[in-house]
Amino acid sequence: MNMIVGKSKQEDQQMKNNAEIVFETKDLNLWYGNTHALKNINLPIYEKKVTAIIGPSGCGKSTYLKTLNRMVELVQGVKTSGEITYRNENILNRSFKVEELRTNVGMVFQKPNPFPKSIYENIAYGPKIHGIKNKKILDQIVEKSLRGAYIWDEVKDRLKENAYGLSGGQQQRLCIARCLAIEPDVILMDEPTSALDPKSTLKVEELIQELKKDYSIVIVTHNMQQAARISDHTAFMLNGELVEFSDTDTLFSTPMDRRTEDYITGRFS
Amino acid sequence: MRRNSQMNEEETWHVRDLLTENKSAKNRSELGEKFIPKLLLFIALLSILTTILIVITLVTETIGFFSEVPLLEFFTGTVLKPLSQNPEFGILPLINGTIISSAIAMLVAGPIGIMTAIYLSEYATDRARRVLKPMLELLAGIPTIVYGFFAFTFVTPLLREFIPGLEATNILSPGIVMGIMIIPMIASLSEDAMSSVPNAMREGALALGATKLEVTFRVIIPAALSGIISSFVLGISRAIGETMIVTIASGSSKNFTFDITQSMQTMTAYIVEVSGGDAPAGSTIYYSLYAVAMTLFVFTLIMNIIARYISKRFKEEY
Ligand SMILES: Nc1ncnc2c1ncn2[C@@H]1O[C@H](COP(=O)(O)OP(=O)(O)OP(=O)(O)O)[C@@H](O)[C@H]1O
Ligand SMILES: [Mg+2]
Repeated sequence: MNMIVGKSKQEDQQMKNNAEIVFETKDLNLWYGNTHALKNINLPIYEKKVTAIIGPSGCGKSTYLKTLNRMVELVQGVKTSGEITYRNENILNRSFKVEELRTNVGMVFQKPNPFPKSIYENIAYGPKIHGIKNKKILDQIVEKSLRGAYIWDEVKDRLKENAYGLSGGQQQRLCIARCLAIEPDVILMDEPTSALDPKSTLKVEELIQELKKDYSIVIVTHNMQQAARISDHTAFMLNGELVEFSDTDTLFSTPMDRRTEDYITGRFS
Repeated sequence: MRRNSQMNEEETWHVRDLLTENKSAKNRSELGEKFIPKLLLFIALLSILTTILIVITLVTETIGFFSEVPLLEFFTGTVLKPLSQNPEFGILPLINGTIISSAIAMLVAGPIGIMTAIYLSEYATDRARRVLKPMLELLAGIPTIVYGFFAFTFVTPLLREFIPGLEATNILSPGIVMGIMIIPMIASLSEDAMSSVPNAMREGALALGATKLEVTFRVIIPAALSGIISSFVLGISRAIGETMIVTIASGSSKNFTFDITQSMQTMTAYIVEVSGGDAPAGSTIYYSLYAVAMTLFVFTLIMNIIARYISKRFKEEY
């Protein structure tokens, strides 16, 4: 955010054009059975930026996010049309390998969901399934990931303990660390702080600021202050449609669409 | 309340009044409120008492047996000849028969049961599960005498096609059929354990790029391990206690052998044979019944203790 503050619109536009696009969504439609959950979405996700998705409950934020790593397919009877390219390849293609996609596109869930294993094993799980067996390397990955998620100091003496002994906020940072352990390209976060207290929320927000130096981040949030604080771009969705997408400052200061304005000022009903 | 009656003018009663009215009626049932728990306690104690009586009988009669046959001879003897002129009472042939038949049963039921559970819990569509699970439970409801007959008249002849040396009564066939009988139990209990692992775990692993197989074997099964292991232990104790199948299909040879093509006797089958015959009360052979039953009881008790320990020890918290 700080990078954008103080820059003229033109400069900003310039920057956007130069920034690499990680995900490009073109005319995406998605149906859960007969429910048309996403309608003609067109949206770019920029590299090493934080993109926030806001909108009222049920508008399709989570659905869109889960389409980016194709987790939405776990629901039976999902149909999609259109195209999402990740690094110029259409991920909605049947032939695109989901495991490969999900190795590059990590996800942090609303409710912390560590595995019922030790803290160490939680982090080592990803590298292990991708074939890393060397104990020394695993040790290093575990430490690096936990440090990356700013939780190392809190857990370094209890790596062998069950992850469910951690507090909710710690569990969420552990899940972020688990995600970092396979060094993804993009991290998707679905309301990662909604189950956390203000202090843990602040920690996760600071963490996101750090992470965007190395990762592209897409975050769904109900908290508009949070979106304004931490994101570079914001997308506003309503009833399955993308109403507005622009850089966060513009969207919150001078929204183009009346519905966006109503929503961010709380006049939405 | 007043507002309520205004809104609904036909309403002539008030909930509060009805409640106080009923309160007096409620006093009458206070007796039941006090008496019924006592009755329940009495009935619960009754069943515990019965168990205790059974154990006491077992123990006293067993002590009677050991006054005639030395303990060491009983537990180390490999010869069991209760009906001979010079009877010998070594229980090892029976323990051997029990362990071998249970082992064969578990070799069949373990892998098949767990694979069925994995399929049902992780791969089957809702519709397939809705059809298959009741069918599995139906299999569990078949009387064991039917399984015994099946082993004797169908499985043994079938096996003899492949294993020429197989005797008409042998331990292999009832072992396999016992396994078939236990499959539903292991499948169903393991499936319960696996499907109670929250979906969030599966999603967490899939989101890391794990394949479905990796999720199953490296997240779901470890998380459900306590349930899976206790289903195995329960399966084993079911096999140890199984009577009908081995009685019918394994004959009554008391050989101490490891050759599974031969007839062997289990502890349960021995009890059936001896109590079915006419062992005069008070004779050594009559008492041997209790000693064998006591050993069997200790066996199943140990299995149950192990099951309890395991389900505590491997309890995964999520
Ligand atoms: N598994 C599902 N099966 C059928 N319909 C679904 C399913 N998941 C979501 N939907 C529908 O799709 C629409 C979008 O849901 P989605 O979960 O994406 O909303 P959301 O914006 O994330 O809401 P929230 O802010 O409450 O999380 C809703 O109408 C919802 O009812
Ligand atoms: Mg959601």
